[in-house]
Amino acid sequence: MNIPVLDPQGPVALLELHVMIITVVLCAIVVVPVFFLLFYFAWRYRAGSPRASALHLPDWDHDNLAAEFSWWLVPTIIIVVLAIIAWQSTHALDPYKPLAADVPPMEIDVVALDWKWLFIYPAQGIASINKVEFPAGTPVHFYLTADAPMNSFWIPALAGQIMVMPGMTTQLNVMADHPGTYAGMSANISGEGFSGMSFTADSVSEDDFDAWVSSTKAGANPLDQNSYAALAAPSSYLPVAYYGTVEQSLFDSILMKYMSASSSMEGMDMGMHMP
Amino acid sequence: MTLSHFIFGNLSFAALPENAIAWGGALVVVGGVLVVLALITFFNAWGWIWRDWLTSLDPKRIGIMYILVSVVMFVRGLFDVGLMRVQQATSVGDAHGILTATHFQEIFSAHGSIMIFFVAMGFMFGIVNLVLPLQIGARDVAFPFLNSASFWLFSAGAALINLSLIVGDFSTAGWLSYPPLSELAYSPTSGVDYWIWSLQIAGIGSLLSGVNFLATIVKMRARGMSYMKMPMFAWTVFGAMVLVVFAFPVLTVTLALLSLDRTLGMHFFTAAGGGNMMMYVNLIWAWGHPEVYILILPAFGIFSEVVATFSGKKLAGYVSMVYAIWAIVFLSWLVWLHHFFTMGAGADVNAFFGIMTAVIAIPTGVKIFNWLFTMYRGRIRFTSPMLWFMGFVVLFTLGGVAGVVLSEPVADYQLHNSLFLVAHFHTMIVSGVLFGYFAGITYWFPKVTGFHLDERWGIRAFWLWLVGFILAFGPLYILGFMGATRRLDHYDPSLGWQWLFIVAAVGAFLIMLGFLSQIIQLVVSIRDRKLNPDTTGDPWYGRTLEWSMRSPAPEYNFAVLPEVTERDEFWEMKKAALPRTAPAYEDIEVPRNSGAGILIGAFATVIGFGIIWHIWWLLVVGLVGVAACIIMRTFDEDTERVIPAAEVARIENMKTI
Repeated sequence: MNIPVLDPQGPVALLELHVMIITVVLCAIVVVPVFFLLFYFAWRYRAGSPRASALHLPDWDHDNLAAEFSWWLVPTIIIVVLAIIAWQSTHALDPYKPLAADVPPMEIDVVALDWKWLFIYPAQGIASINKVEFPAGTPVHFYLTADAPMNSFWIPALAGQIMVMPGMTTQLNVMADHPGTYAGMSANISGEGFSGMSFTADSVSEDDFDAWVSSTKAGANPLDQNSYAALAAPSSYLPVAYYGTVEQSLFDSILMKYMSASSSMEGMDMGMHMP
Repeated sequence: MTLSHFIFGNLSFAALPENAIAWGGALVVVGGVLVVLALITFFNAWGWIWRDWLTSLDPKRIGIMYILVSVVMFVRGLFDVGLMRVQQATSVGDAHGILTATHFQEIFSAHGSIMIFFVAMGFMFGIVNLVLPLQIGARDVAFPFLNSASFWLFSAGAALINLSLIVGDFSTAGWLSYPPLSELAYSPTSGVDYWIWSLQIAGIGSLLSGVNFLATIVKMRARGMSYMKMPMFAWTVFGAMVLVVFAFPVLTVTLALLSLDRTLGMHFFTAAGGGNMMMYVNLIWAWGHPEVYILILPAFGIFSEVVATFSGKKLAGYVSMVYAIWAIVFLSWLVWLHHFFTMGAGADVNAFFGIMTAVIAIPTGVKIFNWLFTMYRGRIRFTSPMLWFMGFVVLFTLGGVAGVVLSEPVADYQLHNSLFLVAHFHTMIVSGVLFGYFAGITYWFPKVTGFHLDERWGIRAFWLWLVGFILAFGPLYILGFMGATRRLDHYDPSLGWQWLFIVAAVGAFLIMLGFLSQIIQLVVSIRDRKLNPDTTGDPWYGRTLEWSMRSPAPEYNFAVLPEVTERDEFWEMKKAALPRTAPAYEDIEVPRNSGAGILIGAFATVIGFGIIWHIWWLLVVGLVGVAACIIMRTFDEDTERVIPAAEVARIENMKTI
């Protein structure tokens, strides 16, 4: 059975899993006694058992400070420990924070469309649909926006998700330990074709990555404003596709489309907003 | 604007259902309404229905009507469950199941909206209406007419959401309809408008109820019942109503802003034009998180009463419980951001809200310990309310652990929007809220009707719900770890999810059998009511004032208003065993019936329908109608009816059933 959240393939997902496990173990300190007491009391003090009648203390309510205090204290200590973990792990795993590694991160721009994912490689000048490829062991810096309703970008084997919104950018840093193919999807409902919005994340060796870039470039198939407009029209369950060249300002123009005060969804001059 | 557009707005024949399943839903609604109307006519019961129910201002009758509406809506919510579970169990690979993607999305959006607004809220206000005045020794709520108006606004919302089955469609954007998906650019049909206006109208009813019950608790407690002598259920309702009064205005404003975007072309939350969708998400959860506690606090109150009564003991740690309630009320305002840790906020913000969320586990844990130590050295009777409590502790504690895991922001990055999250909040709402309300309805049923609910069917229902729940939601926790996101109408077979979805469908089927058992339980109990009467008024050997009068509780509740000296007043009275002297009865004033409440509800439905379909003259008719009802009601000075002392004495000395 393939359970990516419990079988992480990168450092981010691994630490996230550790936090889950520590939390469950700490909670067990309270939960196990609760279950024991629930069934023990239910059995021991059931009406009809002679002991229950003998031991019955109808007015006992332990309104004494020490007992009361311990009720509050034990869960409080556990929550204090959890709070420290929360503070540290949230800062350590801030999705915007670059990952430590020997090699510089690879930049990949991501656009959530109705209903597919567009990946743009600004340094390589290529793009792909519903498939993202990167070298294993290299940190990847995703820079995300949407030309669609809100989505959420998630590769469970590698890292937790980040929301993707039109007119705004978010960021996510991930890394894969080994070569492999991982499932990715949108985790936030974005309309009719939302279920057909899955993609694959391929982590490959450096050589395979370079070979892939070259073959994609050789395939030509330019991504410019015209082919982008056709691509952005609603469609789902799209097969993987590659673009050998990408108009340089495309990502910024998608972002700026929603940011100008006079902007509307259709019929605007994208050229005006290029930085 | 053409004449036909003026008359019919956006309404056309295209608004009728599109396929067989949608027609089925529409025909069930129309058929159901026709059958009910025919039966009432056949039994010549219109006068009785109008006099004793529709226009009644007696909170016990209003409470029963709330619960009946909720049961009807529950049936619809469960139909939705059936369709979703079949779809997800079958729609794999080349197979695409029984529903289109759009229809599936309408169904999950409707399921969530209905279960929260029209089932959970309806049960909650129903039980509060039935029990709260009795528990605090009051004859009525603070504003009896407002109570009726609240109920009819709730019903108007329910009517609108069902109307969407027949005319037009429903939102496909989920139960909280996030923009920009819910904006006109992406959802151009009437669906989101149905969502907005059914919630808006019902929400205003809830807000008015909150004001009403808050005033009732603060001003109408029996003489001598200081706050620290209130029954625990009354305390939890107090906390919940404070939350209603502060949270529901946020919902009202949020829905109003979204409808301004959609109806008048404004840009509060649109993607373009300077709107900010995250503002909506913040606002809706600023209401949405307190809403969870609005539902769960009264359930905690019910369990507090049930455990103490069936253990034959005082509630352990009463003072702790009270502090825990108010800690929860306060903290529930500081956690809304945990619904979108994945928005990309900074680590400081996420960590703060994560820690605040985990802190809520402390008062909740304290409550569980207090219930357990109420059982300690008790004499525990395992009636069905007590079984619901046992099931609650087990499931709710496990769901709570899942909640603490989700409160860790980095864990939430992995589990947010997955089926793990869906399983978590269903655990809290089903095992916490619903099990609590089921326990409460069983517990107080004899007080309201004068006879017991059939215990055999109650126990069957409990086991079906418990086993069904574990089978239905256990697989969803696992599916979340497997990377299954919520709201998928189709997935790839290579993911290996299908068998888990099939198990979940079996579990959902068992839950439906559990619900069916509860319907059978009700029918059997009514049929056998002469065999299971509550002749004493105190069938469980109760502790609080509602058990001090005959069952069913008379319209005026208390023939002689009680004076309270102790916590668990009725228990202490029984212990002291004071000799019963024949009380001196006096004339009692009760509110006269009023038809204005149901009329306000009808005109509110017209308002909603007018806006949804842009039929502006209809909107004007509705607004004028509501205003006229309110004005006429304010000029009606003859609103009280006197029950003479002799009549009170006759009722009090009457034999039960």
